[in-house]
Amino acid sequence: MAHFTKATSVKDWLNQRLAIEKVEKVLASEYWIPKNINFLWAMGMVLVVTFVFLLVSGLFLLMYYQANIETAFYSVNFTIMREVDFGWLWRHVHGVAASVVFLIMYIHMFTGIYYGSYKKGREMIWISGMLLFITFSAEAFSGYMLPWGQMSYWAGMVITNLFSGGSLHADGLVEWIRGDYVPAQAFLTRFFMLHVVLLPLAIIGLIGLHFAALRIPHVNNQDGEELDFEAESKKYLAGDKAGSKVMRFANDFMSKDMMVVGVYLIFFFYLVFYNYGFAMDPVNFDPADGLKTPTHIYPEWYFLWSYEILRPFSIDIGLIAFAFAQVIFIFLPFLDRSPNSVPANRRGLFKFWFWGMLVDMIILTSMGKLPPEGIFSTIGLIAALVFIAMWIVLPLITKNEKQVQGEIDEK
Amino acid sequence: MKNKEPIILAVVVFFTLVLYYLVEPYAHHVMHKQIASENFVYADLPAIEKQGDVARGAQLVMGVGACVGCHSINVVGLAPVMDAVTSAKGYGVNPPDLSNVGVIYDEKFLAHLIKNPIEALKVEHKYGGATGLTHPMMAFSGAGGDLDQELADMVAYLKSIAMKQEEVTPKIAFELACGRCHAVNYEKWTQIGTKPNFKDEKDALAFDIQTLEYADSLKGYLGIVPADLSMYIRSRGEHYISTFMENPQNYLKGTAMPRVGVSAESAEKVIEYLKDAGDTKRAQREEVGKSVMIYSIIFAIFALLWKKEVWKDLH
Repeated sequence: MAHFTKATSVKDWLNQRLAIEKVEKVLASEYWIPKNINFLWAMGMVLVVTFVFLLVSGLFLLMYYQANIETAFYSVNFTIMREVDFGWLWRHVHGVAASVVFLIMYIHMFTGIYYGSYKKGREMIWISGMLLFITFSAEAFSGYMLPWGQMSYWAGMVITNLFSGGSLHADGLVEWIRGDYVPAQAFLTRFFMLHVVLLPLAIIGLIGLHFAALRIPHVNNQDGEELDFEAESKKYLAGDKAGSKVMRFANDFMSKDMMVVGVYLIFFFYLVFYNYGFAMDPVNFDPADGLKTPTHIYPEWYFLWSYEILRPFSIDIGLIAFAFAQVIFIFLPFLDRSPNSVPANRRGLFKFWFWGMLVDMIILTSMGKLPPEGIFSTIGLIAALVFIAMWIVLPLITKNEKQVQGEIDEK
Repeated sequence: MKNKEPIILAVVVFFTLVLYYLVEPYAHHVMHKQIASENFVYADLPAIEKQGDVARGAQLVMGVGACVGCHSINVVGLAPVMDAVTSAKGYGVNPPDLSNVGVIYDEKFLAHLIKNPIEALKVEHKYGGATGLTHPMMAFSGAGGDLDQELADMVAYLKSIAMKQEEVTPKIAFELACGRCHAVNYEKWTQIGTKPNFKDEKDALAFDIQTLEYADSLKGYLGIVPADLSMYIRSRGEHYISTFMENPQNYLKGTAMPRVGVSAESAEKVIEYLKDAGDTKRAQREEVGKSVMIYSIIFAIFALLWKKEVWKDLH
């Protein structure tokens, strides 16, 4: 057993038992971050802030929400929106944050792809991040069921139907997932459970894994330069703060994080109060009605690209393409065969791959919302084929990529 | 080292805006019919040029016009003969009390409604002509004089007994224009009136049964029980509701819903009523929004200053 002495202060008392000074060093003051980064590196903190908004607003909503198909819509649109003090505010914050969190996640992902932050020991950061993305998607979908509006009901119907596997006709599986032949009480209650307990637990666990995965390889930098964190941090601690290539997480990097968060909050609250329509679909303000199919059924914007990969094909091929799109990003660290971990603009063909993928996903997203008619379905089909083709050629173009020096341009 | 952040920010903002434009304004533009407001002028109905005479109008409304055979006029002491539920059994819908029709409805529309309800209400596909069905409201074929003059007289009378424009509340406008067919649960409005707070559950249930009976008559009249409008301001939006009221056939060809015929001012009141029902906290949202924006900007300024302070030593 460790030897304990009479504490000289509260801090000392805690230090002997919890090693708080050491913990603080490991997590903050001696957690070393490269200096050569830009504001895109703050997206992690922006996501943490948004997640906290979701969590806190969700707790308040949970106090009044009723997971019952007879009263769910009323509890959201009457009780929370009209009766509860500031209930409308919590709902708008929750709805807008749920949408914006995906925008930030996509920016975060494409930042990682652009700077090659999934290679050279950073594979687990990428994989845990993609697992978070998938869990967040499930969380968003399950949450969308809860107001029990028309879009909740019909999106629930369409998405759970996918599990019948087309020609496999696994209707038993669909019924098992729904707990009924159609979305009804059993369906709502289980999605409620998933949304407020199981998935948030999984998300919090995965966030822990995502952070832990950063610990050993450290954060990447703008030039993909391999830093000697040991030596650079010694330089910093010796007083050469300006000469060292690294800085403390707190307060050095955190001050920049907070600056970006500050700008982000202006944008976020502008959306919450003045431009929330994109996050709260009008169709979902009609109560669920199993006998009235809405004219257009579409998922929230962040699912549209993968929805569009499903849609232009026949059911079986569509499902295979859809499944492919859902998982393929996880394998990026292994499909990119190039030894270079530098920004995409210095990587030959990969540069075109990166911008092509970004543009293709934006095209898929917009076609996913438009009705699948005429030119829109043609564009959607081409964009879906391009998406698949790009992933197939990725190993080929990256295998022959010329090695570039990870040098920094000191201009 | 060159600072690339402005260009990076520009790239992020550019792609975000393109995405937003395609998914929101553009997609909705493609998916939904664009119908411009006609400003409630009812251009398809010819203008009635004659000057109306209130006294003669009163005689016509009470006499040859036979309006009071079905309609009550509470403001001049003509109470309804039957309650709403019984009336609806006979007519399909409870005929409106005429006290305030002169202010809620457009005057040209009113004149044409009296003259030819099927045309004014745009329900040719349901009544008259080939359908062989008679509209519950009879057309007024004239008292023997100049028809346009008689119509102008009747409208003048109806306007003379109505309340002033500035006295019209959103609730009064809504009840007369929409409320005999549409319920608004969140405002406790039913098609037979505001549901009172009953002490006795028996009374509450009795009221509900009356409402259901009324709804049955509506179903016979219109084919369905018209939708509850509580959340329509969020599910349909102001522009849609306003232009739908102007002419439902523009959106839903063949719908049983008649043209409402309200004046532009009344339409605004109706919209306000629906905002009170479905977007109740809009004033508070504006107010809180302003404070939160100011707070966010101050937070961002302090965060920027803190960053500058901390990074002073890092360069």
